[in-house]
Amino acid sequence: MLDFLNPLLETFKTGSGFWHPIIWIIVAVIALLIAYIVRGFGNKNYKADSGQTQSFLSGNPEYEKEQMHVAGSNVYWGFLESLKWLYNILNKMHNGYINDYVLWFVVILAILFIVLGVI
Amino acid sequence: MSIESIMGDLLVHAPAMIIAIPLLGAFLTPIISRINGTLRNVFVISIMGLTSLFVGVLANDIFTSRVIKTYVFGGSQELTSPVVRILLEIDALSMFMAMIVLIVAFVAVIYSWGFMKEYTGLDKYYTLVLLMTAGMFGMVLTGDLFNFFVFLEITSIASCALIAFWTTKGESIEAAFKYIVISAIGALFVLFAIAILYGQYNALNIATLASVMKYTFLDKVALVLLVGALAMKAGIVPMHMWLPDSYGRAPASVTLILVGATQASLYGVFRVCFTLYGKSLSLTNNILGLEDGFPLALGTSLGILVVLLAIVTMLVGVFMALKQSDFKRLIGFAAVAEIGYMMLGLGVALLSIEPTGLSGSGLMALKGGIFHIFNDALDIGLMFLVAGAVYWATKERSLDKLGGLARNMKYTSIFFVIGLFAVAGMPPFNGFASKLLIYESVFQISPILSIVAILSSIMLLAVFVKVFHSVFLGPAIPKFKNVKEAPISLLVAMIIISVLIVFIGIFPEMFLNNIVGPATDALVNYSGYIDAVVLGGM
Repeated sequence: MLDFLNPLLETFKTGSGFWHPIIWIIVAVIALLIAYIVRGFGNKNYKADSGQTQSFLSGNPEYEKEQMHVAGSNVYWGFLESLKWLYNILNKMHNGYINDYVLWFVVILAILFIVLGVI
Repeated sequence: MSIESIMGDLLVHAPAMIIAIPLLGAFLTPIISRINGTLRNVFVISIMGLTSLFVGVLANDIFTSRVIKTYVFGGSQELTSPVVRILLEIDALSMFMAMIVLIVAFVAVIYSWGFMKEYTGLDKYYTLVLLMTAGMFGMVLTGDLFNFFVFLEITSIASCALIAFWTTKGESIEAAFKYIVISAIGALFVLFAIAILYGQYNALNIATLASVMKYTFLDKVALVLLVGALAMKAGIVPMHMWLPDSYGRAPASVTLILVGATQASLYGVFRVCFTLYGKSLSLTNNILGLEDGFPLALGTSLGILVVLLAIVTMLVGVFMALKQSDFKRLIGFAAVAEIGYMMLGLGVALLSIEPTGLSGSGLMALKGGIFHIFNDALDIGLMFLVAGAVYWATKERSLDKLGGLARNMKYTSIFFVIGLFAVAGMPPFNGFASKLLIYESVFQISPILSIVAILSSIMLLAVFVKVFHSVFLGPAIPKFKNVKEAPISLLVAMIIISVLIVFIGIFPEMFLNNIVGPATDALVNYSGYIDAVVLGGM
């Protein structure tokens, strides 16, 4: 009776493996339910509007909430800093000059000419 | 007149109508625009609706019967040899690409209703959108190389004008200038390659050229020019620099269509490699170096280069995306990284090709690459629509200045999360299915390549987590306290794409079997594409 659903419920085959999204979703929902139940065992004495929720910033005063947002440029700062050598190269590559854009095209054409045995 | 005969007529003329309707609509739009703005918007959406009808009818026929359709302009539908007429040739891959073009163009038109409302010059805007759509349809449906060039030019010129639509912003003009320089150079090299092929074989038809291709010295030159120029138009690193500029500065609705235009150029690379030069791929040896050089099959030498470019494209894309602070420019670099996955699928397929054809992991890699073309258009497209909605609400693009918008823009936030997971290839969204195919098939060829691809996906997740945190999370920023949710047309456009993302993600096998599989088979079995014209013309 529900044969028309069969094409929808097929297992996704990759040639060397398989994956079933529906089963994955069911497992994910069960995992979320378990997490929710575990959360229920949490400390009942927690008070949201008390001193329990105040931040401690190594003794420094806390700024207003509006001033505490971490801006986009500051996210992954350490990662970008440690790969500065790479970004120096990439920045030089992305200099915005249209002449260089065309130059890269010429470089790739030259590589293609060599790889395909033209020259 | 029975319904069957009407449907039969629709089917016969559908290939031409798919291009003709948006083209005619483009020229009627300025006239209708003089009557009323709302009427113009309804008219443009109706034009897209009518085009959808023809795409739907033709897609149903091609995907169910797996036939190759030809449509001859200016005469009888019977092919006569040699083929000198303007010809559309539609196989499952062409139809697959036409579906992508239809989705991005239709959604962009719906999105534009609310997004472009406050701007003037919308008669020109919609005219250009429809022209660009007609150009993209032409690129993917034509069976003729010269017509491919003509449609490529139509698409490029309309795209350039649309990128520069916000003429009061210097950056938009600069991006459009860069785009037209790159497009013009690319198109000229394509034209030069076509001239070389025409000079040798006295033919412009792809199937005819493929059937007589001898892979001479000049054919090699034409191959280099075609692949190089189309790869630049597709945004392959290091020829990608125009892409974040253009994607970042164009209106969001235009950027969505630009994604489709980039995919159409990528389709050109696939078509040139497999259909036009398909016979030469496994049967011809290149001699690398001078006379006593190293012999290597054309497929292998081209495959190695494509794989290397794909890896560089993925890595440069994600590394550059990670450091961006401009919302749309960041997505532009993520789009570059995504193109790397499709190229990886193509490269591995080229490496695996044998005289008997393509099978096993090479075929699966190609399927993954083609599947990812569709998924990328949806995923990256959705991200651009979200960025546009945020810009519409805040008039701000900098990630340093945005923040806390999830309070005011709940639905947009949800769409962003869907797009985030899909782009990063997280289950159960569509990006996961195509990337899984690519990872597993590429792993059979080289585990290192697979690891790099997975690493790029993880970095893409990191990139968009940064955006989610910067734009939607954090405390409410005072100047954005009164920001409102995006208008209904923007939400409808984002809903359409989100539904498709989730649907394909949950039912990937059905999509793979019925849409991607036939498209891949059509590309691999190039003899069918050739015979449909060459034998039809005997």
